[in-house]
Amino acid sequence: MIPELGQVALSLALAVALFASVSALAGAEKSNAEWMAFARPASQSLTLLVAFAFGCLVHAFVVNDFSVAYVANNSNSALPLQYRVAGAWGGHEGSLLLWTLILGVWTSAVALFSRHLPEEMAARVLGVMNLISTGFLAFMLFTSNPFDRLLPAPADGRDLNPLLQDPGMVLHPPMLYMGYVGFSVAFSFAVAALLAGRLDATWARWSRPWTTVAWVFLTIGIALGSGWAYYELGWGGWWFWDPVENASFMPWLCGTALIHSLAVTEKRGAFRSWTVLLAIFAFALSLLGTFLVRSGVLTSVHAFAVDPKRGVFILGLFALFVGGALALYAWRTARIGLGGSFAPVSRESFLLANNVLLAAAAGTVFLGTLYPLALDALGGGKISVGPQYFEAVFVPIMAPALFLMGIGPLARWKHSSLPELAVLLRWALAVSLTLGLLLPLAMGSWKPMVGFGLSLALWVVLASLLSLRKGARTRSQYGMVVAHIGMAVFVVGVTLVKGYEAEKDARMRPGDTVEVGGYSFLLEGVADVAGPNYQAARAKVSVSREGRPLRVLHPERRLYTVQQSVMTEAAIDTGLTRDLYVSLGDPLEGGAWLVKVQYKPFIDWIWGGCLIMALGGLLAATDRRYRFSLQAKQDNVVEAAA
Amino acid sequence: MKPRHKRIAAIAIGVVALGIVTALVLSAFQENLVFFFTPSEVAANKAPQGRTFRIGGMVEKGSVRRQADGVTVQFTVTDTAKSIAVNYRGALPDLFREGKGVVAQGQLSADGVFRASEVLAKHDENYMPPEAKLAVEKAHEASRTLKP
Repeated sequence: MIPELGQVALSLALAVALFASVSALAGAEKSNAEWMAFARPASQSLTLLVAFAFGCLVHAFVVNDFSVAYVANNSNSALPLQYRVAGAWGGHEGSLLLWTLILGVWTSAVALFSRHLPEEMAARVLGVMNLISTGFLAFMLFTSNPFDRLLPAPADGRDLNPLLQDPGMVLHPPMLYMGYVGFSVAFSFAVAALLAGRLDATWARWSRPWTTVAWVFLTIGIALGSGWAYYELGWGGWWFWDPVENASFMPWLCGTALIHSLAVTEKRGAFRSWTVLLAIFAFALSLLGTFLVRSGVLTSVHAFAVDPKRGVFILGLFALFVGGALALYAWRTARIGLGGSFAPVSRESFLLANNVLLAAAAGTVFLGTLYPLALDALGGGKISVGPQYFEAVFVPIMAPALFLMGIGPLARWKHSSLPELAVLLRWALAVSLTLGLLLPLAMGSWKPMVGFGLSLALWVVLASLLSLRKGARTRSQYGMVVAHIGMAVFVVGVTLVKGYEAEKDARMRPGDTVEVGGYSFLLEGVADVAGPNYQAARAKVSVSREGRPLRVLHPERRLYTVQQSVMTEAAIDTGLTRDLYVSLGDPLEGGAWLVKVQYKPFIDWIWGGCLIMALGGLLAATDRRYRFSLQAKQDNVVEAAA
Repeated sequence: MKPRHKRIAAIAIGVVALGIVTALVLSAFQENLVFFFTPSEVAANKAPQGRTFRIGGMVEKGSVRRQADGVTVQFTVTDTAKSIAVNYRGALPDLFREGKGVVAQGQLSADGVFRASEVLAKHDENYMPPEAKLAVEKAHEASRTLKP
């Protein structure tokens, strides 16, 4: 009964979304206040309906209702409660529902916080967002209904993929989707402005906090995913340039470019058409990411053939939203105008260079991710693009971006002088080069790439701190400095891990010791333990350094009984300057085990840097001046009432 | 310089920079493309020597052997028509099993053994790597066309 209620709620939500988008968009076109007035309450009810449906699905998981096909495929009665709840977004249908719910949350947020906008602008933004909801609800109801029944109901479910049975599953997808879907707000603002034919500094100011908040969520989501892969996949990598990861990285790169280009559009009115294009692309890449990961296109391009209806629907939705927006862009772009002019040496130029580099980076990831898929779909044979490609391309693109990151914030708008900048920055340059080139010696061995990476990171930190001395001390200025320092911390982590990580695969019997990175690892023994839905072999490994015992680690090798799949649960000793990572491999003859031991210097700085970046974004998004117009409007209302 | 000249110079610099980036990307792309071959294609000497490529198929039942050091593994990958011996040093992925699909990346050595630097078996027990599936399908098709 309850799944049927969820189904009804979804159908109602589809009707509400369609109605809201038509009335809001038509109302804005005809300047009909009554029609536009529907947008806000309709958006709120849409969100409530989808939230209710989502609640119904979670309920089906919690009470183990295996007559619902989606539950039977993604859960099991032995699955612990928190993973039954998270299992709601463990498959295609449920994650679409989560996506739609989060879109509803963003739409409601816009409905709540858009009262200071001109009525027509707000109506258009809400209209476009409801149109996106309509598309997704239709997609879900017609091709991927999470509430489809499976009769007769199986006695028990097929269990959640063991890889997903992890706290990361509870946090990572919702965060990532908050980021993906958050870009729909920037997209809707851009489309609304194109529809109105009015793109100016105020438009950029409205879009900025929304875009930054979405970017913050996406940053956290990607960092969580990377950290999860690091400890859960069991082999100590933190980024694999896997298509699934790239799918989330492309919108991030595009969104980062968008944040910077919005700054120029707001402050100087320049880059308008480019900013609009970026807003469209950021959301297009988010859509692409969602579809690539969740539609089965990636596991096999031929998944389209398995359910052609789904593939056609996906392509249709993508063509409608992205194609529609681009067509509108092409039609209206002449009206937008180019905005203020600027000298070759100016903050605008540095931000332009930042945008070109970030767009180039997004383009290279796009090429490496989609070319193999396209070639396969066209029958051109199977190829793959290895991590070496991305690494070879990323360093030369990102190094100049980091260098310019130091100068940009110190340059003046419109016109800046190079000699002046050189005087300002010469000490930062000298100190970062000297320290950066000397520091690798402290790590034991000098390596050119490590010296280069550390110099760049120090340069970003020093130059950012200098910019605080020169610039206005607003909250968004602090936010920028914090985010840039986060980037530097990230670079330190990547540089040192790449430069000094060490690992050893060893055949070990109880009593054997291996040495890695100056630490010794003694395998004391392996015991059998039983978990709620798995059996495990659990090793006891004592770690010591120069004879001094440090910690005891317990890596496990689990056999999940329902799916009969083996999982490596690595044991990690986390530290500020290094992680020690032990995973238990296959049992060998004679009571020995294959053990993989890794030393990962400064790896936690990678995720720490991401969190600092996100914190910076949060600071910038909550700057007073974004709230000011809202406050002013409310004051006016109060005065008028008095 | 007149403003117009400055603008032309700026555009020229931009075009050159873009050209360099494109050249860089395409050359890295060219170098790091990893092509895929089925065991039958490898047996027919279609795979390149001294270049990294991927093979895919099923791990032959009973073929997995560990060498005395415990770290080096030897197994056979088959597309049901031809098979190829694979040598790999390191821990195998969790979902690696005899009789299941597998994809390996590495180079072919002179003795005809495939030295894998990476062995991939993906995230799900129902999931068959598309490359492995393709290899088996191709072999089936070949055997069908060969029959009179």
